[in-house]
Amino acid sequence: MAKQPHATPMLDELETGPWPSFVTGLKRLAKDKDYVVDLLGHLEHSYKTRKGYWKGGTVGVFGYGGGVIPRFTEIKDEKTGEPVFKDAAEFHTIRIMPPAGWHYDTDTLRKFCDIWEKYGSGLIALHGQTGDIMMQGCTTENVQKAWDEINEMGFDMGGAGPAVRTGMSCVGAARCEQSCYDEAKAHQMIINRFLDDIHRPALPYKFKFKFSGCGNDCMNAIQRSDMAIIGTWRDNMRTDEALAKKWFAKHGLNELINDVINMCPTRAIQLKDSKDVRKDAHVSAVALNDSQSLEIDNKDCVRCMHCINVMTGALGPGKDKGATILVGGHSHLKIGATMGTVVVPFFDLKKDEDYENLVELAGTMVDFFAENALEHERIGETIERIGLVNFLEGIGLDVDPNMINNPRMNPYVRTDGWDEEVAKYNAKKAAA
Amino acid sequence: MAQPQMRKPVEHFLDNKKFLHPKLAVNYGNWKYHDRPRPGVLHHVSNSGDEVWSVRAGTQRQMDVYTIRKLCDIADQFAEGRVRFTIRSNIEYIVSDEKKVAPLIAELEKNGFPVGGTGNSVSMVAHTQGWLHCDIPGTDASGVVKSMMDALYDDFKNEEMPNRVRLSTSCCEINCGGQADIAVIIQHTKPPKINHDLVANVCERPAVVARCPVAAIRPALVNGKPTLEIDEKKCVCCGACYPPCPPMQINDPEHSKLAIWVGGKNSNARSKPTFHKMVAAGLPNNAPRWPEVNEIVKKILMTYKADARPWERMADWIERIGWPRFFEKTGLPFTKYMIDDWRGSRYNLNASAHVRF
Repeated sequence: MAKQPHATPMLDELETGPWPSFVTGLKRLAKDKDYVVDLLGHLEHSYKTRKGYWKGGTVGVFGYGGGVIPRFTEIKDEKTGEPVFKDAAEFHTIRIMPPAGWHYDTDTLRKFCDIWEKYGSGLIALHGQTGDIMMQGCTTENVQKAWDEINEMGFDMGGAGPAVRTGMSCVGAARCEQSCYDEAKAHQMIINRFLDDIHRPALPYKFKFKFSGCGNDCMNAIQRSDMAIIGTWRDNMRTDEALAKKWFAKHGLNELINDVINMCPTRAIQLKDSKDVRKDAHVSAVALNDSQSLEIDNKDCVRCMHCINVMTGALGPGKDKGATILVGGHSHLKIGATMGTVVVPFFDLKKDEDYENLVELAGTMVDFFAENALEHERIGETIERIGLVNFLEGIGLDVDPNMINNPRMNPYVRTDGWDEEVAKYNAKKAAA
Repeated sequence: MAQPQMRKPVEHFLDNKKFLHPKLAVNYGNWKYHDRPRPGVLHHVSNSGDEVWSVRAGTQRQMDVYTIRKLCDIADQFAEGRVRFTIRSNIEYIVSDEKKVAPLIAELEKNGFPVGGTGNSVSMVAHTQGWLHCDIPGTDASGVVKSMMDALYDDFKNEEMPNRVRLSTSCCEINCGGQADIAVIIQHTKPPKINHDLVANVCERPAVVARCPVAAIRPALVNGKPTLEIDEKKCVCCGACYPPCPPMQINDPEHSKLAIWVGGKNSNARSKPTFHKMVAAGLPNNAPRWPEVNEIVKKILMTYKADARPWERMADWIERIGWPRFFEKTGLPFTKYMIDDWRGSRYNLNASAHVRF
């Protein structure tokens, strides 16, 4: 039995309503833990005064420089300077890297619970916006003990501060027909390459990798990661006549026209009489009934995924799969939020050595970032500061028209290297 | 004095294969298609002929061990002891026998976990830390999410929206919740209040000066103490100086307001990914249930639901109807604060004769 609970009239209001209540969960923990009794008091104080009262500090584990998020209370008695909620005066979080795709067996989750019940608050967030398991609420004294047991389970700590951060990958190949590469494999290989940069923060600022198996980008990688690996394909979209006919029979012509054909962003899809379907090598066609077919010009298609989302199975990604790589997504700080920019339109991801090449490219990217970014500058801001061309030259990638929305609109540029660049372009084209 | 022997960490990011549901492991990379037999359930078919049903349920994300153990009990009973989580903290149970789907749903609902969040539903809010754990929060996260999801409970459990709806909340302008169809984000309205007694001891001053996006911070001497001062005319109240310099308090119970942003989209489907745009601000930080915020979120959602065509995300819908009609239909006031003046802002202005009447 824990000590008497604090009155929490405001938090109590969050126990009403149908959605699962975190307050009810905290109260369950507070029955046995003075720690959580005081945490509830602390939080209620925030609700009453509409302010936060945790400050950072320095708490870590042996051998690592980051991964623990320290929190010390700032609610102090005015006279004595002692914490008002003394049992929750320290409330650190340990970031743990979850299995790629957030798959678990229940033994593992139960072990996490046992460890956190023993050493921590008993509150676990699955998952934080960083993608980590957040073991929330631990005293300075218990951080190392809890960590040792978690690490013994085979789990490693996530990133924090100016470091390579915990990666995120979608469910992907494990359960999604739209997956264009082995997301978990790429995720695991890259993270294992950068463990030192994750655990010992020494970069100008954070660097995040996110892995989405297709353009639906379920990991929000283009916006939220420094290097986004987005699955795609180069050959023709695959089709399945049986499923296309089944879809058409169920949904009909109006939905086909309004929801599929008209919504294609590049007008790559046409409805044709089956006898008129073009026989070109870059055309995918599938019959919808005895007389009509969908005709997709794959040269016009931008792999946006819309028609595949609507007609799942009837249409699907091709077989020549890989990824488009974008660099430089980040949130507002400091130049305003930016999306990533395409730096590799197609990166082959079929064979083991392709994945090794991806790890190597990631290494080049992080090295360039470490050497060239200013303090507290994300790679996207570096690119904005130095220009994409300088960045590409720095990491040894060739320019490609897939990297731009449109060519430059102003004439203020020195073009005295023009002939050499044309020669390079022609040589590359001849070699292709 | 000899230090106690410390345990050296084992540095390794583990392989996820052993955690996969057996049917997912066997059919890895070999899926053929999927459909959704009902809200909250995905049905995937493999090229091998194997089928799995994934049942998705909402959680409170900040989970006590009793909740997690209960979720585990359900997994052991129905889903071969495996679970996975989505990016929005929903839990998924994978079952290989269709007969288990209905009893699993019943068990989840009985224990208070709503089944839904698939397809054209409103999924769980992307959730940050807030007052519970963050060092710089302007508001709470768990409470805002709880009150929003209470209000959107039916929209989570049903697939009645034109397309999927993704929500986020962020407790400061850093926007950890990310881009979303509807995002609720703290918007400070006054410059930070500086405790000049503490700045020199707590803050690395040049780093704080460098952090300001509008160069409004400069070194100063106040009462003989080295500190920082702010050009309040230049200050955009973003709060970027507060994390590196806590004596520059940006959070204010009265003046830290909430703003609502719409039309963020991470997917590449149809249009390229888009950022969300501000459509409301000045809402009070009204714990514990933030009714003013919820009212506007609900209003925007219901307008979208009634007016958008199938498969139009929030951004696609607004692209079609135009911003004047967005404000007209939602009844939200359009003010001068919605006109961008950040770098590159003229790209956000209408440079055409395309005008809607």
